[in-house]
Amino acid sequence: MGSKIITFVLGGREVEVMVKPMTTLQAVLRYQLGYTAVKEGCRQGGCGSCTVLVEGEPMMSCLLPVEDVAGMHVTTLEAITPADGLDRVQQAFLEHGAFQCGYCTPGMIVVSKALLGHNPRPTRQEIVDAFAGNICRCTGYEPIIAAVEGAARASASKAAQPG
Amino acid sequence: MSPALNVVGRSVPRSDGIGHVTGRTQFATDHSFPGMLHLKIVRSPVHHARIRRIDLSEAERVPGFVCALTHADVPHNVYTILGLIGVEPEEEFVLAEDRARYKGEPIAAIVAESEEAALDAVARVKLDLEELPAVFDVEEALKPGAPIVTHWGNNTFMYEGHPCRRVRFGDVEEAFARADHIVEGVYNTKPIEQAPIETTGCIAVPEANGRYTVYTNTQAVYFSLDNTSIILQIPGNRLHFVGGTVGGGFGGKVDVIVEPLATLAAMKTNRPVKYAYSRSEEMQVSSTRSAWRIYVKDGVMRDGRIIARKVTSYADSGAYSRQTPYALTKHAANASGPYAIPNVSIDAYCVYTNRVPSSAMRGFGITMASFALEVQMDKIAEVAGLDPWSIRFINAYRDGDIKPHRKVVEDATLIETMQAAAALVGQDLPAEFRAMTSARRSEGGA
Amino acid sequence: MAKLRGTGMSAVNYPTGMNLGGDPSQALIHATTSGSFVVSLSATDLGQGLRTVIGQIAAEALGVRMEDVVIDTADTDTGPHDMGTFASRATHRVGNAVMAAAQEAREALLDVAEDELEAARSDLEFDGQGNILVRGAPDRSLKVADIAAAAQFKYGKTIAGRGVYMKPRSPVDPETGAMDPDSTEAHACTVAEVEVDTETGEVTVLSIRSAYEVGRQINPALVKGQIVGGAWMGMSHALYETTAPYYPDPDHNPKDFSEYLMPGAYEMPEIDCVVLEYPSSNGPYGVKGVGEMTANAPIPAIVNAIYHATGLRIDELPVTPELILRGLDAKERAASVASAADTTATTGS
Repeated sequence: MGSKIITFVLGGREVEVMVKPMTTLQAVLRYQLGYTAVKEGCRQGGCGSCTVLVEGEPMMSCLLPVEDVAGMHVTTLEAITPADGLDRVQQAFLEHGAFQCGYCTPGMIVVSKALLGHNPRPTRQEIVDAFAGNICRCTGYEPIIAAVEGAARASASKAAQPG
Repeated sequence: MSPALNVVGRSVPRSDGIGHVTGRTQFATDHSFPGMLHLKIVRSPVHHARIRRIDLSEAERVPGFVCALTHADVPHNVYTILGLIGVEPEEEFVLAEDRARYKGEPIAAIVAESEEAALDAVARVKLDLEELPAVFDVEEALKPGAPIVTHWGNNTFMYEGHPCRRVRFGDVEEAFARADHIVEGVYNTKPIEQAPIETTGCIAVPEANGRYTVYTNTQAVYFSLDNTSIILQIPGNRLHFVGGTVGGGFGGKVDVIVEPLATLAAMKTNRPVKYAYSRSEEMQVSSTRSAWRIYVKDGVMRDGRIIARKVTSYADSGAYSRQTPYALTKHAANASGPYAIPNVSIDAYCVYTNRVPSSAMRGFGITMASFALEVQMDKIAEVAGLDPWSIRFINAYRDGDIKPHRKVVEDATLIETMQAAAALVGQDLPAEFRAMTSARRSEGGA
Repeated sequence: MAKLRGTGMSAVNYPTGMNLGGDPSQALIHATTSGSFVVSLSATDLGQGLRTVIGQIAAEALGVRMEDVVIDTADTDTGPHDMGTFASRATHRVGNAVMAAAQEAREALLDVAEDELEAARSDLEFDGQGNILVRGAPDRSLKVADIAAAAQFKYGKTIAGRGVYMKPRSPVDPETGAMDPDSTEAHACTVAEVEVDTETGEVTVLSIRSAYEVGRQINPALVKGQIVGGAWMGMSHALYETTAPYYPDPDHNPKDFSEYLMPGAYEMPEIDCVVLEYPSSNGPYGVKGVGEMTANAPIPAIVNAIYHATGLRIDELPVTPELILRGLDAKERAASVASAADTTATTGS
C-alpha cells in the first residue's frame, strides 16, 4: 500500500507528514519530527513512556496509527513546557524528586497534566488510577504521587490569590 | 555534621532535573542520523542445538536488506566481559559458531534500511539445527550424565581447582556436634529481569576521520569500549563512546552486547547503525538476576548464639559466565550475614544450564543471600524461643570481629541501625539491647 | 476465610565496591578563565543522581559554589578511565578521585593566590562562595574567577588537578576463602507489615519502615529516593517478579510489562525511614553507599511478616498467591490429619 499525507495539529502548529499505513504516532513524532520527549519503552502499550495528549486526553502514541489523529490536536511534553520556565507540574516533579533515570518522566508528566486539567483537586486514589498505565522502575511511585498532590495544592493557592 | 561543610550533606536540586522534566535529556537512542541502518538478530529458537547450517538466501532478497553478519565476520568472536582484568573463562561467542546453548542465543545479525525490513529478513533466515538435550535446574546440571553446557566438561565454574568458591573458618562439624539446636533451611529464588524502562541500545556512527562514535546507554563506557576494541580487533583510539545518561540500569546494562555488533556493522557498511533491544528482547534474552538455591544449616546454643553456619549455594549462571562467577565470590564473602559466627563453611557454586545467561543485577550475589539468611534468622529465633529482634542483637557483629573471610570488621553499625529501626516502629527493646554498641568487644562493647 | 495481618523484620549489611578491588576511577579537573571548574569523568548516571552528588563533592573539595562546577562525564574522548557504575561504587570511587583532583587544583590556585594577594599560603582560605580570603583581613580577598584568569593571562599557568582512586586488586585464598571483599559496609533494618487474604492468596504490603546507616549522606533527598524506590523493588521481588514463573521449567517467560508482573502505584504501602550517619574511614566525606542495598532488607521482612500473619514459612520467591493458597491448603490438611490422629489416639486409650 502506498504512503499518504496526514495533517494534524502538534503543539498548536499544523504539521503534515507522509506515512505508510499503520505508522504509529510515536514513530512519526520521534523519528520524523524529532520530538524525543516521546519515549519508547516498549512499543506495545505496556509502559506509558510515550504518552501524549490527543484532544486533551492521554493516549499511548505507540498504539495509535497516525491516521487516527488526522485533524486533531496532539500535545507532547515539548508543548507543555512554557517558553519561559516550567509548568507547575514540572516544577512539582523537580521539588518532590519524582524521577530518577528520567525515562518514564515525560509520560508521567503528560498524564499528570491531563489529570489536573480535568480534576484540579484529585484524591490520592484518583491520582493512582491515572497512573494505571505508566510504569516507573526507579522511584517507587510515592514521589510521583506527592508531586501531583503538590502541583494541585500549588494551583489551588495560586487560584485563591486575588487578581 | 562538620560545620565546615558547605554543600555536602544538603539536598541540592538535581543538576539534570530540568532536562528530565522537560524531556530534553537526550538518551542514547534519542539520537538519529541520516542514512541510519537497523540491526536485528537471528536467535536460536531452541534451548540447546548443534548448528548445521545458516541459510540467508531468502533473507537477502528482502527489499531493504543490506548485509548479514555471522561468526565468520567477527574478528575475535569471543565475549569475556571481565577479560580486561584477567577474569576468565573465554567461552561465550558474540555470534554462535557450531552450537547454541540457550533459547535466544544470537546466531546472525541482519542489517537493513528499516527496522521492518530487518525483522522481515530475520524471519526468513533458515536455520538447520540438530536439537540437543538440555538442562534447566542447578542441581540436575551437577548430576552424572547431565547434558554438558560448557566446553570444559562439567557444569560448574572452576575456582582455582575447586568446583565452588569456598570459605572455611573454624570447624563447623565439631560445633554442630555440640550445638543445642540444629536449624536447617533451603531457599529457592527464580530469575529476575532488570527491566529498565529504556531498553539496552546504541547507535554506532562512522566518522570522516576513520573513527566510530558510539552513542550508548551502557553503565560502563570503558568496559564497553575496551570489549568492543578486543572483539573487533581495532585499536581503542578508533572508538569514541558517548554515554552517561542511562534510562535505568540495575546491572543489566553492564553487559557489552549491542556495541560490538553495531560498530562492526557500521564498519562494514560505512553508515550509522542502530542496535536496540525490543521490549521482548530485553525481557527474554538479556541477562537476568540468577535463580538461586541456598541450603543453610545452623548450629545454635540454647541462649541463641549461632556457633556454626554451613551454606551451600547454587546460582544458575545460564549458558555462559558473564559476571556470575564474580557474583558467587561476593556471595561467599557475605553468606554468613552481618553476624559474628565462629565456625563457618561456605560452598558457592556457579552452575551452567541451558538458560539465558544471568549476570549483574542490583544487590549482586547478596540480595538472595539476605533473603535466605534473614528468613533463617527468624526460624532460629523460634527454635531458640527468642523474638526476631533478640536473635539478631545476640549475634550481631561488632568492630574488631573476624569475618569468615578473615577480614577484621570495621564500620559495623548493625546494632545501631536495629536500635533506630526499633525506635521508628515503636518496638520496645530490653535495656541490654538498648545499651549495646558496635564498638570493639575489648573496648566495652558488651 | 480471613484477612490476616502480620509484622516481620530483617537486618542486613551491604559492601561497597567491586569486591576484590582493582576497579579504578579517575577524575580530571581544570579551571576555565571565568572561574568555573570542569570535572571530567567517565562515570555514568543511572538515575541515582551521580552528576549531582559528584558536583557537590567537587564544589566542597574545591571550596567553590555548586554552580561553578561543570560535570562532564562519559565521553571517552574527554573523560579519563572509569570502571563503571555498578557495585555501589560510583559515589565512593569517583568521589575519592574527585577529592584528590580537587586537592591538586586547589594547590595550583593557591600558588597564584599567594602572589595575587601577597599573603602566606597558610593565611589563605576558601569561603565556599567563590572567593579566597586572607584570614584576619576581611578587605583582602579575591574572586576565584579572577585568580583563574590571572593564572592564565598573567602567569601562564594552568589551574588543574588529577585524581584517581583504586583499591588494589586482591586475590582469594582458594582453600580458606580468605579475601578482602569490600571497602566499607552500610547497614539496614526493615520492618514490614502485611495483610494476607486467605481467600485469594494475595499479600498486601501495608508498610515498610526502615533504618539505614550509609556513612555520610552527600544529598539526603537522593538517599531517601533510593530508599523509597528500593523498598518498592524489594516488595516487587518478594511478591511479583520472575522471568521463569515455574523454574526450572524454562517456558512461560514473560515478554512484556503485561506479563512481567510488578506492583504499580496502587500497591504502594506506607514507607518511612530514618537515616543514620557513621562516616566510613575511606569514603569521600565518609560516604559508604546506598545504591543497591535498598531492595534487599524489604524482601525477608515481607516474607517474615507473612509467616507472622499466617504461620506459613515460605522459602521461595516470588511469594505468589498460588504459593500462599497451596501452603494454606497443606497446613489445613496437616492439621486435619493431626486432629484425626488425636481423635484416634483418644479413642484408643
